[in-house]
Amino acid sequence: MEILVCVKRVPDTSENEIELNREGNDIERDDLVYSVNEWDNYAVEEAIQIVDKVGGSVTVVTVGDEEDEEVLRREMAMGANNGLLLADDAFQGSDGRGIATILKAAVEKGNYDLILTGALADGGEAQIGGMLAAMLDVPFASVVNSIAVLDGNKLKVGREIEGGNQEMSEIELPCVLSIQTGINEPRYVGIRGIRKVASVEIPSMGAADLGLDASAVGSAGARVRRMDYFVPEIGDGAEMLEGSTDEIIEKLIEMLKAKGGLK
Amino acid sequence: MEPVLASPASYDLFGFIPLWLFSLIIPVVGVSAFVYIVVRRSAPLVRAQPDPRLNRIPERVGRVVKLWLGQYRHPRYRTAGVIHIFLFAGFLILSFQSISMVLMGIKEGYHLPGFSGWVGAVYDVVKSYAATWVLAAVVVAAVRRVVFKPARYGVPARYGGKPHTFEALLVLFLIATLMITESLYEASYAAAEMNAGGHAGFIAPLTLVWAFSHLLEGTTTASLQGLHVGSYFIHDLTFFFFLCFLPMGKHFHVVTSLFNVFFMRLDTGTVKPVRHGVSDEQLDDLDRFGVKYFEDFTWKHLLDFYTCVDCGRCSDNCPANAVGRPLSPRFISIKGRDYAFKHYPLSGEIYKGKELIGTVYDEDEIWSCTTCGACEQECPVTIEYIDKIVDLRRGMVDEGMVPQSLQKPLGSLEKRGNPWGKLEKKRADWAVKDKEFAGKTRVKLLDKGDEAETLYFVDSISSYDDRMQKIAQATAVILDTAGVDFGILGSMEKDSGHEARRFGEEMLFQTLRDENREAITESGVKQIVTADPHAYNALVHDYGDLPPVKHISRVILEAIRAGRIHLNGSDGDGKVYTYHDPCYLGRHNQLYDEPRAILDAIPDLNRVEMARCRDRSFCCGGGGLMLFYEPEEEERMGVMRVRMAAEAGANVIVTACPFCLVNIEDAIKVAGLEGQMEAIDLSELVVTRMEGVAEPEPEEKEAAA
Repeated sequence: MEILVCVKRVPDTSENEIELNREGNDIERDDLVYSVNEWDNYAVEEAIQIVDKVGGSVTVVTVGDEEDEEVLRREMAMGANNGLLLADDAFQGSDGRGIATILKAAVEKGNYDLILTGALADGGEAQIGGMLAAMLDVPFASVVNSIAVLDGNKLKVGREIEGGNQEMSEIELPCVLSIQTGINEPRYVGIRGIRKVASVEIPSMGAADLGLDASAVGSAGARVRRMDYFVPEIGDGAEMLEGSTDEIIEKLIEMLKAKGGLK
Repeated sequence: MEPVLASPASYDLFGFIPLWLFSLIIPVVGVSAFVYIVVRRSAPLVRAQPDPRLNRIPERVGRVVKLWLGQYRHPRYRTAGVIHIFLFAGFLILSFQSISMVLMGIKEGYHLPGFSGWVGAVYDVVKSYAATWVLAAVVVAAVRRVVFKPARYGVPARYGGKPHTFEALLVLFLIATLMITESLYEASYAAAEMNAGGHAGFIAPLTLVWAFSHLLEGTTTASLQGLHVGSYFIHDLTFFFFLCFLPMGKHFHVVTSLFNVFFMRLDTGTVKPVRHGVSDEQLDDLDRFGVKYFEDFTWKHLLDFYTCVDCGRCSDNCPANAVGRPLSPRFISIKGRDYAFKHYPLSGEIYKGKELIGTVYDEDEIWSCTTCGACEQECPVTIEYIDKIVDLRRGMVDEGMVPQSLQKPLGSLEKRGNPWGKLEKKRADWAVKDKEFAGKTRVKLLDKGDEAETLYFVDSISSYDDRMQKIAQATAVILDTAGVDFGILGSMEKDSGHEARRFGEEMLFQTLRDENREAITESGVKQIVTADPHAYNALVHDYGDLPPVKHISRVILEAIRAGRIHLNGSDGDGKVYTYHDPCYLGRHNQLYDEPRAILDAIPDLNRVEMARCRDRSFCCGGGGLMLFYEPEEEERMGVMRVRMAAEAGANVIVTACPFCLVNIEDAIKVAGLEGQMEAIDLSELVVTRMEGVAEPEPEEKEAAA
């Protein structure tokens, strides 16, 4: 099975103290460290496991610039066979639809049976997978937490449903799936592994290579623009529970039950 | 005087079969079989990885004299140890007798060279007593095995559940047979002499020979002749059967322990290189990293497996085993040995096994080890565990088999140089941002252009953890008071990488080491001080090419002795203190006395020792990355440790390691002993005792520095 996994390099929220920049339209990026978007990492692990079982190859793709190559290498150190960097000045400032357009063009240059994305990334939009599927006119399943390969070009996929329920579906290939964390336990990528792929040539494609009109992507083609970005004031929503320890525990359990945290 | 009985060498069975023929065939067959078995057993060692151990010969001879010949570690378990010393001494003494008996059956009246005159006479007396005490020791050992069943010999269900009693008893039976037949052989002759009215020579009183010769008094000479020859051949057969049986199980140690001790790891605190003979630069090109297959172990580590006596002392002292983690060092060895026996059979094809993880060892088993070193400290035959565990982890890391709980901190170490992923620029916050502290104690920042004689290497936990920053501050106050001109690397300091290395991420460790080494060299400091035993161990044993490194306890003690630090008394605070030895200060670096001397320098301080102290200290739960690991366990090590302190009657646990303090403070809460038990770092305690003591005048300070 030929699998394409779309990955993104994101600021690592657990390793950073996020502060707003002076203009107030973005976060301060000087002291940031980056890593692969967590959901994407699960997607790559899943792709590797599928290929281990049924054969084929895994290609990881990202839209960005040379700095983003690092995440492709990390995923290749993990076990992905090929990397593909989609880089062009014209891609700068793309909105979700723009990114999906670029990815669609890349998908059409290859011959993939299955396309995986993370369920969402740092922006929290969770839109690329769905848009990409629509543009490619292939079926789509979101927040997938299990995949089994069936005979006859089909997959059985599990999806996480509100309230902790589980749905199982059959889906035809080719398709796009957006992957939920917890679908597997991604393997560790050691420094030795990264060094091993450090000198592997990663092909890069620009708008012309992909046959894209520069005005359809990037800030020129964007139809969504960010207007503001800020940390909301912390409200005084905290509720202090009072009483003896037993009473507090009882109240807490009641509240957790009421909010669906306990069953 | 004419011989009263025909010797085995001159006796003809049924009057025409010369028995010397058998006395010749038995050893020839026995020795050939033994050599064959040993050659087959050596096959995996030949295929294993290199491990140069022929250095520092005088030291190695010294270890053999102390640990092998002197049985130094045995009495740590009093009963078993004393029994073993008797058996071992008996074996050594009787080995000469056994060899001469074998030859006596071929050549009548044979004596080993030098054993004919008075030496032989003295030896006969000594060996008669030896045979007697060996038999007595065998009886006591058998009774212990069968009646008292010490728990450490048990085999938990996880490892098959079948106790290894049969092998133990069989061997005891063989030894008893050897002692009895050897004595009967001599006693029958002595009795025949008495029958003949002749003088029986000197028989050492109260020995087996003495007892048997009295029992045999009055037996016909013909029967004695049968007994004499019969006991000889039973002895001969048993001896060679035993010899060939040794390499079949744990009694292989009789042969291998001498070599295992000679080739032992001489240093503590170290970790073996990934592959001997492969430089750091070549590591990227290795196609196999660490231990994945059995043959990836070094030959010495395989010899360890053969040498394991299955005595259970390692596991009895293993904190991971004590809290129910799925690790028992004893079975690391026994499973390794069983693998060797199975895949390298005595006859037939040698075959390659599967990867060890998932078949012989489990991931959780290998991650459970805190590398505290209690097992190695205890092992009477100097089996190594830490290097094996680290090598197996290296193999797992290379395959990506790392628990999710450890992936995050490893990633943060790579990106930020500390396992919490905190910002590099905040590494010196404890020294600068706390205004009250900074107002009193100035800490030079070597990354900001300051210069100092001494580097205080803080390491990650004391730099970033709110609670442990107090240790860093106390250390700085002490250095300042002692008149040490010191500074810190601040944002240039990276985690020492001590645990990164011990968790198998060698390349990450090397990156951190190189960055730290460069920063230290550039800072131009003349010496290094640290309060973190893990950092201390890394700087001393893992780094190399550094200025001299001291742990703060040594600095404090020197300052007290030089009169630069004065401590006021505890004035009957009613507290009872106990000192918990951190593994990487005590067992790995032998700093046992300094912290105790400091405590004892505080007037009126009431200090008690826990039952487990010094080199038998019990790990608090492990430091560095072990703080992030989520083990399967029934209880926390720290909780057990806190209870040990309570049993000793203490209500203050003093330690000298930030990780110990984290674990013990948590454990006090978990054990529900808040208010009854407290934990404090040695540096913090010293600082509280310095308060109110007049500081030396500035001139004195300079003079002292």
